[in-house]
Amino acid sequence: MSTEGHPAEPPNESPLQDPAAPAVVQQGAEPLLAVSGLHVEFRTREGVARVLNGVRYHVDAGETLAVLGESGSGKSVTANTVMGILEMPPAAITAGEIRFRGEDLLTATASRRREVRGEGIAMIFQDALSALNPVFTVGFQIEEQLRQRRGMSRRDARKRAIELLDLVRIPNAKGRVRQFPHEFSGGMRQRAMIAMSLALDPEVLIADEPTTALDVTVQAQIMDLLAEIQRERNMGMVLITHDLGVVAEVADRIAVMYAGRIVEEADVHSIYRQPGHPYTRALMDSMPRLDQRGQELNTIKGLPPSLTAIPKGCPFHPRCPMAIDLCREKDPELLPIAEGRVSACHRSDELMRDE
Amino acid sequence: MGRYVARRLLQLIPVFIGTTFLIYLLVWALPGDPFAGKCGERPCPESFVAVMREKFNMDDPLFIQYGKYLLNLLQGDFGETFSGTSVGTLISNAYPVTIRLALIALLFEALIGVIAGILTGLRGRGFMDNLVLVSTLFLIAIPTFVTGYLVQTVFGLQLGWIAPTVSGNASWGELLAPGFVLASVSMAYVARLTRTSIAENKRADFVRTAVAKGQPQHRVVGVHLLRNSAIPVVTFLGTDLGALMGGAIVTEGIFNINGIGGLVFRSIARQEGTTVTGVVVLLVIVYLVMNLLVDLLYAVLDPRIRYD
Repeated sequence: MSTEGHPAEPPNESPLQDPAAPAVVQQGAEPLLAVSGLHVEFRTREGVARVLNGVRYHVDAGETLAVLGESGSGKSVTANTVMGILEMPPAAITAGEIRFRGEDLLTATASRRREVRGEGIAMIFQDALSALNPVFTVGFQIEEQLRQRRGMSRRDARKRAIELLDLVRIPNAKGRVRQFPHEFSGGMRQRAMIAMSLALDPEVLIADEPTTALDVTVQAQIMDLLAEIQRERNMGMVLITHDLGVVAEVADRIAVMYAGRIVEEADVHSIYRQPGHPYTRALMDSMPRLDQRGQELNTIKGLPPSLTAIPKGCPFHPRCPMAIDLCREKDPELLPIAEGRVSACHRSDELMRDE
Repeated sequence: MGRYVARRLLQLIPVFIGTTFLIYLLVWALPGDPFAGKCGERPCPESFVAVMREKFNMDDPLFIQYGKYLLNLLQGDFGETFSGTSVGTLISNAYPVTIRLALIALLFEALIGVIAGILTGLRGRGFMDNLVLVSTLFLIAIPTFVTGYLVQTVFGLQLGWIAPTVSGNASWGELLAPGFVLASVSMAYVARLTRTSIAENKRADFVRTAVAKGQPQHRVVGVHLLRNSAIPVVTFLGTDLGALMGGAIVTEGIFNINGIGGLVFRSIARQEGTTVTGVVVLLVIVYLVMNLLVDLLYAVLDPRIRYD
């Protein structure tokens, strides 16, 4: 079971961008978590799938970065790489850096990475039913971290676990701490998962589609809870989602992913007002809107590219309504398009001038 | 849980009556004269046969016979053989040996099978994996009597490491080699079952979660992975112990062990109906109780299973 690992080769220069340059100019020194020039391949029998092709993003303390994109765009793979829980092989990190408080995690030792997990960076998974161990009580799964990592006694750990369950507003935490995951409802299970991720007071919380498996009313409650916890603890949060509605409410910044790369990054207000990439615009247009009731929903034509054969030039050009010859030839670089905004599109200038 | 156990125990009663009746029916319906050859070279005298038929109620209708047998059985009386030995004594001589043999076999199965399964399940493809896959296939394919005679000939007669046959008191040490032979096939199954279970669970989401929580590798494997993978393996071992308790006719025969399997075999050959019925009745009860224990253990291992 290889979940630890180091890049197959030393990080080399990314063809697209200087790995050292932060995506968005920001005040102060080193960001809390910064991913740059991350390349990951899946070496399968069918060939090499280039799953990540130079991903970069960063998140600061007290900030929520939403990573947006279709299924298979590399959102979760990026998160798993940051956590160091990518299965290698088949996956291989071929280039890039993941800096947590300035320290490159990809070159760190396995034991140092383990220390960072849970305590530095914690993760909430999509499906809490399968992500929680079915044969242990919820309490045990929270307490084991406290006892292993904090050296707490059984009794103190139990007390703290109840506090954590209280914190995520699980009613009757005292009784529920002794129950098994299957005795929890979907929403309660996700709350328990959040409590578990908070046990070691992480500085960064990665939430991988935390509400996808839940029904709509519960989704809103869980998102509110996450946002509140993130604010109170001044955590950096990476929120992976494909739900644009969720993003608008809680995110500070948005990074849009397509075919294993970031195609646009901007603060939430400006990106909603004026998307700087045709893909972002297509995503926004595909949202159901109240003023378009009764009309057919807009969709993005075509399918995401196969990662074993990413088209030459801009990977979005086969589906892009604005594609020109240049797009078929040259892969656009991720360049600044406005104050604190970047986009990887040859025609982003026209997009920004539009409307 | 309590109600479930009570219900299961009550279910034992009809099963017990049904099986004993069936066995009784089969044994007494066996063709041939049970007294043939009992009196040496000459046929038994009429007077002797008459006494025996009277003593074993053989002239009563079958249901009356069975009723009388059951009544005695419920009082703890297993009856006598034709030569007058108490069946209860025969069983109490043979059963401890069978239990020892079964426990040794179970230990081999569990120890070697589980360790081989964990090693190959965790590592995945490679030399070790191939070695275990091929050797288990080999063990499964070869009948026990071949393994038994092979072990007896090589280690007992040629190398002289073990006694080729087991003495009358059948101590733990003497039963190691027969126990290994008896375990060989199930050991291979345990190894494969463990390997599959581990390989399946190591990609499970909850294992990934344990890693993401920053749990050390030995806890990820030793606590999170093993506990989940143990469920099918423990179930198999429990059921197998039930089967082992039923004696091993082949292994006992090869190593000359005076166990319950041999007792049944000899009794059937000699048409000792009382002995056959007595032993099989006991084995039925043991098997039913073992099955109940396995079902209960299953609920202990997997909290998602509730019997209410």
